[in-house]
Amino acid sequence: MSAEHVEARLGAYADSVTLMRVSADVRRADGVQAALIAMATELNLDTLAAMGFPPPDAGPNHLLIAVRATDDVALAGAVAAVDTALSARPGASHGTADHGMADHGAEPAQPPRTTAAAVRASGPGLALISVPGRYAFAEAMDALQADCDVMIFSDNVPVEQEITLKDFAAERDLLVMGPDCGTAMIGGVGLGFSHTLAAGPVGIVAASGTGAQQVMCLLDYAGAGVSAVLGTGGRDLSAAVGGRSARAALAALDADPATELIIVVSKPPASEVAARLRDFAARLATPVQLALIGPGQPDLTAATETALGALGRPVPAWPSWPSRAEPLRAGVLRGLFAGGTLCDEAMVIATDRLGMIWSNIPLRPELRIAARGPVGGAPVLGAPVLGAPALGAPALGAPVLGAPVLGAPVLGAPVLGATAGGHAMIDFGDDELTEGRAHPMIDQSLRLERLAAEAADPAVAVVLLDVVLGHGAHPDPAAELAPAIAAARASGRVAVVVSLIGAASDAQDRGRQAAALQAAGAAVFASNAAAARFACGLIEGAR
Amino acid sequence: MSELLRREPHIISSGLRLLAEAAQRQATRVTQVDWAPPMAGSEDVLVPVLNDARRIAANALAVERMLAVRAHLVDVAPASAALDLQPGEFLHAGPPVSWDQAAGPLRGALMGAAVFEGLADSPEAAAGLAARGTFALAPCHSRRAVGPMAGVISPSMWLFVLEDPATGQRTYCSLNEGLGKVLRYGAFSPEVLDRLAWMSQILGPLLAAAVRRHGPVDVTATLAQMVQMGDEAHNRNRSGTLMLLRDLLPSMVESGIPSGDIASAATFIGGNDHFFLNLAMPACKLALDAARDIPGATMVVAMARNGTDFGIQVSGTGDEWFTAPALTPQGLFLGGYGPGDASPDIGDSAITETAGLGGFAMAAAPAIAALVGGTAADALATTRRMYEITLAEHPRYRVPALEFRGTPAGIDVTLVARTGILPQINTGMAGKTAGTGQVGAGLVTPPAEVFPAALRSLARAMPIRLPRQS
Repeated sequence: MSAEHVEARLGAYADSVTLMRVSADVRRADGVQAALIAMATELNLDTLAAMGFPPPDAGPNHLLIAVRATDDVALAGAVAAVDTALSARPGASHGTADHGMADHGAEPAQPPRTTAAAVRASGPGLALISVPGRYAFAEAMDALQADCDVMIFSDNVPVEQEITLKDFAAERDLLVMGPDCGTAMIGGVGLGFSHTLAAGPVGIVAASGTGAQQVMCLLDYAGAGVSAVLGTGGRDLSAAVGGRSARAALAALDADPATELIIVVSKPPASEVAARLRDFAARLATPVQLALIGPGQPDLTAATETALGALGRPVPAWPSWPSRAEPLRAGVLRGLFAGGTLCDEAMVIATDRLGMIWSNIPLRPELRIAARGPVGGAPVLGAPVLGAPALGAPALGAPVLGAPVLGAPVLGAPVLGATAGGHAMIDFGDDELTEGRAHPMIDQSLRLERLAAEAADPAVAVVLLDVVLGHGAHPDPAAELAPAIAAARASGRVAVVVSLIGAASDAQDRGRQAAALQAAGAAVFASNAAAARFACGLIEGAR
Repeated sequence: MSELLRREPHIISSGLRLLAEAAQRQATRVTQVDWAPPMAGSEDVLVPVLNDARRIAANALAVERMLAVRAHLVDVAPASAALDLQPGEFLHAGPPVSWDQAAGPLRGALMGAAVFEGLADSPEAAAGLAARGTFALAPCHSRRAVGPMAGVISPSMWLFVLEDPATGQRTYCSLNEGLGKVLRYGAFSPEVLDRLAWMSQILGPLLAAAVRRHGPVDVTATLAQMVQMGDEAHNRNRSGTLMLLRDLLPSMVESGIPSGDIASAATFIGGNDHFFLNLAMPACKLALDAARDIPGATMVVAMARNGTDFGIQVSGTGDEWFTAPALTPQGLFLGGYGPGDASPDIGDSAITETAGLGGFAMAAAPAIAALVGGTAADALATTRRMYEITLAEHPRYRVPALEFRGTPAGIDVTLVARTGILPQINTGMAGKTAGTGQVGAGLVTPPAEVFPAALRSLARAMPIRLPRQS
């Protein structure tokens, strides 16, 4: 008893070598007694007849598929195997049975021109997108369509595109980190501005890159390690985006067996979004600790300490490298930050201690100062452009905390000159100051200029800086900063306080960086909160 | 939930190499995209088109329909019968064009065709009639036809009739006249008109008799074999021509038509390596017509030139032509002709590239690369480059030199705009002066502007989407 299948398939051409290989493969299959897969040339039709198959109605443009097997099951399996073998390309690295586009491994590499082509050639993965923001959408859509998670390092991506991408990703169980996601660590690999840390129990969801880096580095110092850092982009917890990625990242970490505790690090979120996030976090199996930087909230160092306590791990004394001398004059505090969240954290702390802090990313809208002056691209903190009016908005009348508004009534957001005598902090990593230039973690020139100007301003008593080490950052920031700090201290009798965000494995060598900054006269702290408190103490002490 | 934390790390980096290098230093597998900004004029319309919720499924459907088509040669008949083309009506290659705007080769072909139809005593008289608006001109594409070079079809010309047996849809193309001084290259000398007369009186009826006796000829199957025999079915159709002759010759002999006519037909076909081009083209059109009119689809369904403009049509935008001035091909010239003698790009034959043959199958026909002094490696590189702008690999057209990978098929307007990679077209070159004929052959691309223009129309054609609530 046997079963037969004879088919003449019109137009399904394959070359004879391929067909011989397919025939041979099928003949070897279980239960197959005879098989001929060949173009229906006269010769092959004769062969078919000799094999005892009934003659099909076929000509040279037909592909013959003739199989005899012990039973129907074996026959069906063999015929299916023919189809698979015919559609496979020999030697293909990951050939598919449909007309999908698998690239051939043996071909010399032409670099792929789109993310879609790259995935076709090399398989799926995490798409790390750092093209200019207006073009990021296309690459991100390619990635999501190809079943890849996405990290969008680019900024200046319109919010409606962000929402579209995140909704598209949610439908496919994928994660979109960003836009403006500067920091992540996945599978032990630090991406963007990041660090390589030992594996550990803490998962981090970060709407803020430098905030996450602070927590990572403190955990590193405490020997706790990190399972993964998933960024969301700074806008994810805004009312518009509503924490779409934060929830997806929390769910991913919740399902990760290596993650025992999750810390959510964010700049001040929209309050209703924060509330929803708390509800979502409360339903997870993994404990979640929120580190949402804002008034009345624990700072990043405190949140890290709480997390360590929850894990039953000791809290170490955070390292610091004290400076040699106190400032000799009374005056205001100026923060010059590369990290937005570090700036936020310092402002929250300083507001408690010193009162209102002016900023280009203020804690309250009325404290906004323009990041750029009327001329050039440099931010205007202090004297040279006193009272220079920015156009458009209603006058800002209220004088600020011992900071008389100088000159004519100021229209709209005053540049920092208007706050001479007031405390102020600038985030040099803000979009407005990074358009067309590298991030201040890489290019320190704007901050160095500003540091010199602050030191020369007699109203300024203390300058607070952050220095972030790790992947993506300047290879040796102290080499540029230390001389500038030394010059500032020498010329202006101003105190310089530095928060140094670095992990033990960072290529820049945290210890060497700290020593160089300390030698230049800065007080250096591994905790940004500690640095901010120390700076406030200097201001208070000098009053 | 995202599988990100369970996957083997593999970073696909577009943009800053610094970031890719940092990941590489951590011993991670990194694939770097060679990214560049999109084509000028497409920046603002790419996002809405890429964001069209219909796009992915629409393109998948367009590809599926294109690949499902089987083209059979089912008949050979005069255009008057096959297309109901009336005296004074002429079809031409490319997007619509008036006599005033028509290039030399198209004018020459129209003049010759008018004399051939008995509408004028001389080419000059025909030109006068044409200038007075006596003739009705329409693109071949508007009548489900295609024509190489000038592509002129008049009622007395015999056409190949191709049909998809699954749907009964048909397309049409004239019979190929050979190379050199021929109507489609704008020549209209007596030898050209004599040949046209022979084709109508002898060749057409003989082919019709042979095809009817033989039954449908599977053009799609022949194309699949050609790609493995060194033909790309646009500038090289040698094996296809001989396979057609092989298929039809017995039926010709059995037709009862005098053996002298059969001998002259067999000599004519066998001596004209391009004879099969006029079957490849309507086969490609048949496949692409099946992919037309799918809302949201960004796949190109026609590329065609009239010697003045290059035009494309896109599945999601119906019959709208997106046109810009045609470029002049680069290549080799016949006899004493040189670059100054060539007309801008002309012909419907870029339908082959649109369907994954021609320049897109260059890797299968390295001999073609020699037309511009290229090498076999250049031919491979050209086909590989086209995968960047196409939606599929053609399961029938498999290239031996690429380990039988299918040719890149189904041009995606969004990918062309994003990569700036223009479709590579292999083509003949006509003399720019009416009456000259062929002057060479070479390579050409569409003018880049047609792709952003198509994107703008795709964006306009999108349904209004209400933003979703968070």
